[in-house]
Amino acid sequence: MPELKTEHSTSRLAAVLRELAVPLVSVAIAAIIGSIIMLIAGFDPLAAYAAMFKGAFGGGRQIGETMLRSTPLMFTGLAVAYGFRAGLFNIGAEGQLFMGGLSAAWLGIVLAGMPRPLNIILMLVAGAAIGAAWAFIPALLKAKVGAHEVITTMMFTYIGRYIVSWLVTGPLKAEGQIPQTNRLPVESTLPKMHEMLPFLTPSRVHLGFVVAIILAFFIWWVLKYTSLGYESRAVGYNPWASETGGISVSATTIKALCISGALAGLAGVTEVMGVHMRLFDQFSAGFGFTGIAVALLAKNNPIGVIAAAILFGGLSAGGGTMQLEADVPQKVILIIQALIIFLVAAEQIARWVIGWTDRRGATEHAG
Amino acid sequence: MAPPLIELREITKQFPGVLANDKVSLSLKSGEIVALLGENGAGKSTLMNVVYGLLSADGGEVLVEGEAVHIRSPRHAIDLGIGMVHQHFMLVAPLTVTENIVLGNEPTRGGVIDFKQAREDVREISHRYGLAVDPDATVRDLPVGMQQRVEILKALYRGARVLILDEPTAVLTPQEVRELFAVVRSLVSEGLAVVFITHKLEEVMSVADRVVVMRDGRVVGETRPSDTDTAGLAKMMVGREVVFRVEKSPSTCGDTILEIEDLKVLDERRLEAVKGVSFTVCAGEVVALAGVSGNGQTELIEAITGLRKVTGGSMRLKGVDITHTAAREAIAAGLSHVPEDRHRRGLVLEFDLMENTILGDHRQAPFAKHGVLDFKAITEVTRKRIADYDVRTPSEHIKASSLSGGNQQKLVLARELGRDPDLLIAAQPTRGLDVGAIEFVHNQILAERSNGKAVLLVSLELEEVQSLADRILIIFEGQIVKEFVAGEASDEELGYYMTGGGGDKLSSGSEEVMTDARAED
Ligand SMILES: Nc1ncnc2c1ncn2[C@@H]1O[C@H](COP(=O)(O)OP(=O)(O)OP(=O)(O)O)[C@@H](O)[C@H]1O
Ligand SMILES: [Mg+2]
Repeated sequence: MPELKTEHSTSRLAAVLRELAVPLVSVAIAAIIGSIIMLIAGFDPLAAYAAMFKGAFGGGRQIGETMLRSTPLMFTGLAVAYGFRAGLFNIGAEGQLFMGGLSAAWLGIVLAGMPRPLNIILMLVAGAAIGAAWAFIPALLKAKVGAHEVITTMMFTYIGRYIVSWLVTGPLKAEGQIPQTNRLPVESTLPKMHEMLPFLTPSRVHLGFVVAIILAFFIWWVLKYTSLGYESRAVGYNPWASETGGISVSATTIKALCISGALAGLAGVTEVMGVHMRLFDQFSAGFGFTGIAVALLAKNNPIGVIAAAILFGGLSAGGGTMQLEADVPQKVILIIQALIIFLVAAEQIARWVIGWTDRRGATEHAG
Repeated sequence: MAPPLIELREITKQFPGVLANDKVSLSLKSGEIVALLGENGAGKSTLMNVVYGLLSADGGEVLVEGEAVHIRSPRHAIDLGIGMVHQHFMLVAPLTVTENIVLGNEPTRGGVIDFKQAREDVREISHRYGLAVDPDATVRDLPVGMQQRVEILKALYRGARVLILDEPTAVLTPQEVRELFAVVRSLVSEGLAVVFITHKLEEVMSVADRVVVMRDGRVVGETRPSDTDTAGLAKMMVGREVVFRVEKSPSTCGDTILEIEDLKVLDERRLEAVKGVSFTVCAGEVVALAGVSGNGQTELIEAITGLRKVTGGSMRLKGVDITHTAAREAIAAGLSHVPEDRHRRGLVLEFDLMENTILGDHRQAPFAKHGVLDFKAITEVTRKRIADYDVRTPSEHIKASSLSGGNQQKLVLARELGRDPDLLIAAQPTRGLDVGAIEFVHNQILAERSNGKAVLLVSLELEEVQSLADRILIIFEGQIVKEFVAGEASDEELGYYMTGGGGDKLSSGSEEVMTDARAED
């Protein structure tokens, strides 16, 4: 019915808005509840949010800092989102991230003296590969014997973290007291972005941010426009129909979890190459786990992951300023983050606030 | 005069691009059975979902016993005495019959569920309405007909005075249908009102007091079975004459396409469901596998289509061994499969019509080149399939879950037949289709046959089997117990063998297998 064309495209726009509404409203409710908590605790929420905003977006340095903090979350958010799309809960992104970081810390030293672009590419590829490898065994166990990936990827996270702990205190330890690896030579690090965009000076944001953004669009494209992404989504939605349509559920599961692992691995690589220039025990502030929240808030949409990661990055960048200027403890940020996650997970609350009920049109067809 | 139990006044429901209900009015009196009839996508399920509180109408009002109410949710509908059994049941499979029935309405004592009381209650209502069930059976283990009974009991347990049945007979055997109708009659004699949606006109003639016909979201007519016949009903629905019996030329059996030899397959519980089955299907032939559901048909088909492991015997497609190939190779070898359960195996409901159209061919030209999907080609083919199979939809961008049940089925058929397979395996291909669509699909299947394609049809509908098949194989307890040439056997004879009546008259070949099976027990 071609005459319905215009009506149809407006309804597609409406659908996009509907998708956006729940996350946006959830964030708004979280902010409101956050201010109520601050009021009860005797703080001024308006001052707090103003300070937070200033700390996150108030100038070039602040923006750069927000970008810096959102970078690992984009990678891990994409990792978890890709898994979810294929019906897999990669709760072990943190472990894959650690292995990615490890590979960069080691390879960066090995490649000392080589041209910088070459090093960057090799280290990114290697980190993605080892992240994928770290997810491969859980993936294989899932595909062949049905072992649940939540358990196995989590176990591999412990293994990965302990391996790193051991290596940075022993075999790969740099000279001196501190358990950490040697500093990477400059040719094995990611350039700072203020070298190209001076207004970001003196923030530490590095090229990893750009890599993450490009990758988000690439993953979006893969999911929507390739046979591989199609198969991942099909299996995520309905493995029986996928199987009937000639898709190997186990092969798709393995591929999807490995892709997820590769993305998480890149988070580790870019943290090491762009921020710390070396590896140590605490180099990740739980980015793998925050990535789960990012993916949830983004409703597993890769483009949404960009926005959600920037929000979470901004919250953490602005937290310090909030504490300094409005005298509100930084922990409030954690409360707000937790509220956002809770509200997105319990989507119904936001829907209720928006004033739709599930019954309007969205109901699954029963006939 | 008492007001009707339910009265619908000018109910209107708009979906994006579709006016599903356009000022529909309908009333239901105590003690009457109303059949709701209409083409696929006419708006029947939508209307009933409005009454049951699953959808909210955009206009019009619902009156329950003369009082206008806004039904907010199924919970609310139940409180108002309205019960609904969906075509796809909503039971909790691992729970028992009793637990399912009282779920959400459990009798309690001191805050704890009183299971003894619950069992008593279940026994009591099942006795009162003549709906025999075992209260302690696990729902998962029950045949479909029994599960439906549990759904009905569940509605009655919650005090339903109006019972809505959406295509209740689509999955039932003729025997189960007769039992269901007996139950329905006893319910209305107790003062309930029953609305049932169906596409089977004989059922309407035999059980309905009143028939309401919908088309394009509107009520286009109302009649009584005594004032019309099936041809008249069909005409009211579709707006034209429908030919019920398709014309069929004699079969021209060519090369053997499918060869099954002594095939053995296990079911989920690892029991042998297919116990040494052998048969062939040749080019230009329709072979029907007839049987009561649960006699190994599902496992047999899953084995042929590469979805289930084979434990013995062999299969060849066009001479090539496919005994241990996966679904992907089977599709590549020229096999198409219309699965019996469209929601589980046939469609990815969250995918749009384009994505569903390419399922199975999503790696190949013209849909994909070097692993990248070509949406221009996909759109083109999808539009063509939608047009050819008359899938009623505002566009190819909507999700399959938004199609009406029958249109979902048409989409699966369009994909599988559109692939131009050498072998078509069609399980319940016309389940949920309206008479016009059935006529079309039957002609399509026969066109495949005249094009020299092989067709294996699995159907519970004897009428369908009789009108399409060149040969009929009767499957009972995992074995082929009898073979007929088209037109040779009456429905009664088929029914006799389907229920195991032919046990003594087995041909010597099958007898051997039979002994084997017994030895295993
Ligand atoms: N959730 C939904 N979203 C969008 N459109 C819908 C939805 N549910 C139904 N429709 C549309 O409304 C129309 C009526 O659908 P409905 O399911 O009521 O048909 P039906 O008469 O039950 O058909 P069938 O006999 O095939 O089950 C169809 O065109 C369908 O595409
Ligand atoms: Mg319907």
